[in-house]
Amino acid sequence: MNFKRYLLRRLVLAVVVMFGLSIVIFAISRIMPGDVATMALGSTATEEAKESYRVANHLYDSYPQQYLYWIGGVLQGDFGTSTSTNRPVSTDVAEFLPATLELVVMAAVILIILSIILGVLAAKYRDTVVDGIIRVLSYIGVAMPSFVIATLLLLLFGHLWQVIPVLGRLSYGVTAPPDVTGFYTIDALLAGQFSTFWDAFLHLLVPAFALALGGLCQEARIVRNSMTENGSKDYLSAMRGYGVPEGKILRKYQLKPSLIPAVSCMGMDIASLMGNAFLVETIFNWPGISRYGLSCMLGKDLNAISAVLLVFGAIFVVVNIVVDLIVACLDPRIRLGGAKS
Amino acid sequence: MTTMRARKQARELQRALSYEAKRPTVRVVSNPKEMRRENAKKAWHRFSRNKLSVVGLAIVILVILAAVFAQYIAPYPEHAGAYTDFANSTKAPCAQFLLGTDNMGRDILSRIIFSFQGALKMAILVLVIAVPVGTCLGLLAGYMNGTWVDTLIMRIADIFLSVPALLLALAVASILEPNLTNSMLAITIMWWPWYTRLVYGVATSCKNEYYVVSAQLTGASKGHIIFKEILPNCLSPILTKMSLDVGWVILMGATLSYVGLGEQPPIPSLGQMVSDGARYMPDQWWMTIFPCLAIIIIIMGFNFMGDGIGDMLSKGDSKYE
Repeated sequence: MNFKRYLLRRLVLAVVVMFGLSIVIFAISRIMPGDVATMALGSTATEEAKESYRVANHLYDSYPQQYLYWIGGVLQGDFGTSTSTNRPVSTDVAEFLPATLELVVMAAVILIILSIILGVLAAKYRDTVVDGIIRVLSYIGVAMPSFVIATLLLLLFGHLWQVIPVLGRLSYGVTAPPDVTGFYTIDALLAGQFSTFWDAFLHLLVPAFALALGGLCQEARIVRNSMTENGSKDYLSAMRGYGVPEGKILRKYQLKPSLIPAVSCMGMDIASLMGNAFLVETIFNWPGISRYGLSCMLGKDLNAISAVLLVFGAIFVVVNIVVDLIVACLDPRIRLGGAKS
Repeated sequence: MTTMRARKQARELQRALSYEAKRPTVRVVSNPKEMRRENAKKAWHRFSRNKLSVVGLAIVILVILAAVFAQYIAPYPEHAGAYTDFANSTKAPCAQFLLGTDNMGRDILSRIIFSFQGALKMAILVLVIAVPVGTCLGLLAGYMNGTWVDTLIMRIADIFLSVPALLLALAVASILEPNLTNSMLAITIMWWPWYTRLVYGVATSCKNEYYVVSAQLTGASKGHIIFKEILPNCLSPILTKMSLDVGWVILMGATLSYVGLGEQPPIPSLGQMVSDGARYMPDQWWMTIFPCLAIIIIIMGFNFMGDGIGDMLSKGDSKYE
């Protein structure tokens, strides 16, 4: 398989998917029942105001024409004005997106590290108490919606055992570091403010854990199962026969091939962390794009909803391509072009 | 630990052997009725090999019974609607109110039992619509593999799968009027592509099998090939996924009702009870914790049962893990 051609094909497909997604979003925002002008201005708006809104936003043109106006603006970074914040949607997105990305990256780190550790532990101590506990935890974790996890963690750390701050991005009275990347932890480090960094880091932990838990439990199971599956392979016995230390066998020869199925699932999970972030951000009062998107949805702010959907779709598509690349790099059968598929 | 595992495997083996021993060596199964019974026995053996599947089945049956007979089981059926009893509001769990009461003085247990109705109704309706649609499109795309029909259907499915499921459902539900029907519609819209992709995979792989080719050569119609030759091969993955999806649909529905886009008050729903109760944390913890537990238990029950159905329908008999 020609790797470059494969990548090119994936990129072309991604563009096609994004184009289709924009049509779907447009359809959702326009063809769904309900008067767009009333949704934008509220039911108390006067008829003249609605009329001028309709004219200004080309609502009397045909749907294809409206779509062209809309997509033309989107391609230039103009998503229209948000009716809930009265600012350009692109400004809002630029302001709120880094907070969500910081949270999701942190959650992804927690998810990857903990799921591998738990999965390896469960496989190493297979059929013992450790395995049993991890198994029960994973069954419970998978069955919990993100808002239940977040609510329970809020009850635990916000009320019963206040060892760690849970609400917002920074403690009251701590000023935000100078804006470079929008990630408070990185910005604080760049500016050399270590106390701010520590504060921001502590605030990240609980929401990120709440976000990661569902996927974490699933991945730990997958890692465990593929570890045990690979554990009985002949090449491992051969390695033991050569006298390779047990730790090295585990890390290098058993874990690496076992990670391939987990990584492809993790990619999907990390991408869907963005979707689950909606309720976690709302519950932990995290000023990210998901909380913004949810408040816009409840306020029927069509421009903002379409922008949020498009941004999430784009991130989802990119993450999926990156994951496929990582899987390809991990799996020599794909990397060296041996596989026929 | 190895001895434990060996013992477990020996036990499994013994069970399997005793099952084999009970079976007559010469199969005297002559009439279809007996054959069906034999098959059902085999299926139950595969299903019950994992104890958790049986636990899941028990939970599911209990939940379904509770939902169907909610009127008779719930201690205070009238509390499921717009009922106020401020004398008994925010009471901690006690003998009179097993799981406590909410801020209106309504019994939490009764409301949880009644909210199972909405959750199950949603799961059933979503799957009844999404599965046939997704399956038919997947079959069509798989059968027309390589043509423009295939490309069109699968790219549309890709588009729907390219946004986080919850996000799309929230967006659709928020634009429509908030109620149970519309939240079901929103979930259905994002659910069918999973089945399309699943069926597509199976259909493309068995399209070139000899029995399909021979059916084609003997002049079978397209409908016959798609529904009589290809569809039966897709049934067992579809059923497995369906039984697991019931839990996911309930989870998604609870999330929608948590943000206020599902069943509207005063009709109780699990997500809405959690979000109402969260305002009274931590002092009136029972208002939040018990609906949370109800959600976890119902979803776990369906997940366990789904795993068992997966074991039952999977072809390999030697699966010991």
